[in-house]
Amino acid sequence: MTAAPGNVELADDRPIALTVHRARPDRIFRRLAFAGGVSVLAIMLLVGIFLAIRASDALSVAGWSFFTEQAWEPDTGRFGIVAIIVGTILIALVAIIVAVPLASACALYITQFAPQRIRGTLISLVDLMAAIPSIVFGLWGFFWLQGEVVPVAKWISQNLGFIPIFAVRGADPNDPLAPTTVFTSSTFIAGLVVAMMVTPIITSIMREVFDQAPIGEREGALALGATRWSMITSVILPFGRAGMIGGSMLGLGRALGETIAVYIIISPVFEIQPRILENGAMSVSSLIALRYGEATQFGMSALMAAGLSLFLMTLAVNFAASFIVARSRSGASS
Amino acid sequence: MFSLVGAVTASLATTWLLSSQLLPITGVLPVLLVAYVLFLVYYALLLSFTEPAMIVKDAVATAVIQTFALVVVGTLLFIVGFTIIRGAEALRFPNFFVQDMSLAGPLDPLSQGGILHAIVGSLIQITIALAITIPLGILTALYMNEMPGRFASFVRTVVEAMSALPSIVAGLFIYATVILILGLEKSGLAAAFAISVMMLPIMIRSSDVVIRMVPATLKEGAIGLGSGQWRTVWHVILPTARSGLTTAIILATARGIGETSPVLLTSGFTAALNLNPTSGPMISLPLAVFQFVKSPEPTMIARGFGAAAVLMVLVLVLFAVARWLGGRTIEKRERARLARIRRRQWWAAVLAPFGRLLAPVGRRLAAAGRAVGATFRRAEPPRRDSLILRGVDIVRVALVRLSRTLREWVRRTWVDASSRASEPDAPPAPAVATDAPRPEGDKS
Repeated sequence: MTAAPGNVELADDRPIALTVHRARPDRIFRRLAFAGGVSVLAIMLLVGIFLAIRASDALSVAGWSFFTEQAWEPDTGRFGIVAIIVGTILIALVAIIVAVPLASACALYITQFAPQRIRGTLISLVDLMAAIPSIVFGLWGFFWLQGEVVPVAKWISQNLGFIPIFAVRGADPNDPLAPTTVFTSSTFIAGLVVAMMVTPIITSIMREVFDQAPIGEREGALALGATRWSMITSVILPFGRAGMIGGSMLGLGRALGETIAVYIIISPVFEIQPRILENGAMSVSSLIALRYGEATQFGMSALMAAGLSLFLMTLAVNFAASFIVARSRSGASS
Repeated sequence: MFSLVGAVTASLATTWLLSSQLLPITGVLPVLLVAYVLFLVYYALLLSFTEPAMIVKDAVATAVIQTFALVVVGTLLFIVGFTIIRGAEALRFPNFFVQDMSLAGPLDPLSQGGILHAIVGSLIQITIALAITIPLGILTALYMNEMPGRFASFVRTVVEAMSALPSIVAGLFIYATVILILGLEKSGLAAAFAISVMMLPIMIRSSDVVIRMVPATLKEGAIGLGSGQWRTVWHVILPTARSGLTTAIILATARGIGETSPVLLTSGFTAALNLNPTSGPMISLPLAVFQFVKSPEPTMIARGFGAAAVLMVLVLVLFAVARWLGGRTIEKRERARLARIRRRQWWAAVLAPFGRLLAPVGRRLAAAGRAVGATFRRAEPPRRDSLILRGVDIVRVALVRLSRTLREWVRRTWVDASSRASEPDAPPAPAVATDAPRPEGDKS
């Protein structure tokens, strides 16, 4: 029996192109899915393109002064992003500085300390908090936190006021009846509220990273006689470092874009205001929320320019975060 | 343990001394902060009398971690409680849920007006947004998983970037395109578009994760049996991922329903109920909260808190449903099934003595059922043109089915149970075999 019976030609030994025959439902499905992917892509690109087109009017009038001017009066031609960007970054930084220790401790507690029984409850509780609407945080910040924070802010400004960012103009440490209004509506309070909003998000990312820490190394450290804390500092934290940085940056991205809670709390100023305890702050998103209603067509274009710069900023932060997470030892598998 | 108690006592005492006698410290937060710092110092000091430095460090770090975790969870619970307690004032009035604000001014008491317009607006907007997001999101997730390639991974990167989109920028985008270019007025539809832009990346990323978790063996099995890609997706992938996809949808809904800023730019304010999403302003719950609390009137602020409490309860319920669905993994479902089987076996064992008594009755019933069925089956095939005969036909079929079901039920519940209990050597039922040792024959 030969290998090739009949009249199959083997002499012409050329490779045959592999054709895949797909039935009609498959072809329709593939086309639909492709269309879905393309339309999502299109929406995303359109966001950038449209913002850029709309912003171009304002940008061409302002020119380079858009990046150096502090005031925001589009209709007189004097408007720039620098004060607002500084305000946005300051609020986000306060939020991150408060949120990261809290979130790390919370994630460590959930993964390393919590009894097995309450772990699940804690995890869903923290995840649940990530879904709470931002306006609820804003209400809490305005109606409760503000009053409670004022004495703390006062104490800091009295004792650390020699550091420029903690200075407060108009506060008199020697006068106990001095008005406390200079301490309200500040970057600090807005930052604290945003911190509470981003803590659950950072916590859940860190928790996942800490959970992936190799159990063998952990048990090895404990078996060698380490205390739990030295096990954490020598195994868990080095393993999760990139994840912690990445998670914090994702939180930073959220903090930069937060609108409503910040809008409710701050009282807007249009100058570079680095004194974080003092009344008056600004962020890009609350600027948009504040001014869109009364804006002329040109004013709207200027707001679009501000939105575009916020968008590019958060995009950069997010890409950096996902890059760090993907490069890390703990993120390699995900 | 003693050092812990000692440190707590000492710090409380010192804080009391400091706050009431020496320094002007007032307010809840400052006192707590001072007490906490003092507690840490005392704790470290007391431990260091007896323990080596390493254990002191461990104990202090443990204390810090535990209190920080407590602070986070406590604050978050406090925020929820604060909103609900402040909102209770408005929630007590039933008219709050069934009236809108069109006839109630800012000075009216809480017994006038309500947030019906905002609840309805929220529901309409989120429904439209879901109608856009669910198909598009799942389709894109399927695309990224089923047709991997350079373009698909580009789409994935872009989606990842899109989740960084600040929500107000999503609103700005819809404002720039739908309202300024397409000329739509500020309406519920525009707001729903803005929410969709916000929700899409969340939806895509979570369904991507869920679909990726479908075991490859299932897919290979389906393809090996000769089904095409579409059939595999429709009959294998989507059903397997169903509970995860539901979770993804609900999570996206919870996020979308609570967003204020995209709606702020696109929906417009109104105090009246508007059921038409295509024309006229339509308010949603977060936007209503925002509008209410901007007023200096205490009743308006109470209304704001009430609306916030309603919104939050809505989100919490959605989230709880998502948790419950997402928690039902295949393993858990399997465990629940086994537990059910074991329960049934236990009952069977308990009932077996009665079953033995009843078995003759059951057998007789089964025989009767068979006889009934057989009688009707033997009957002449009815003539289709007669209405009465057709009725008889239907009744006949129903009776046959009934008798068959009855027979089956009797057999399963009584006869099998009694025979299983009376014959202990009988091979276990397949369901039992999962945790019993396998018969020898299976090893071949």
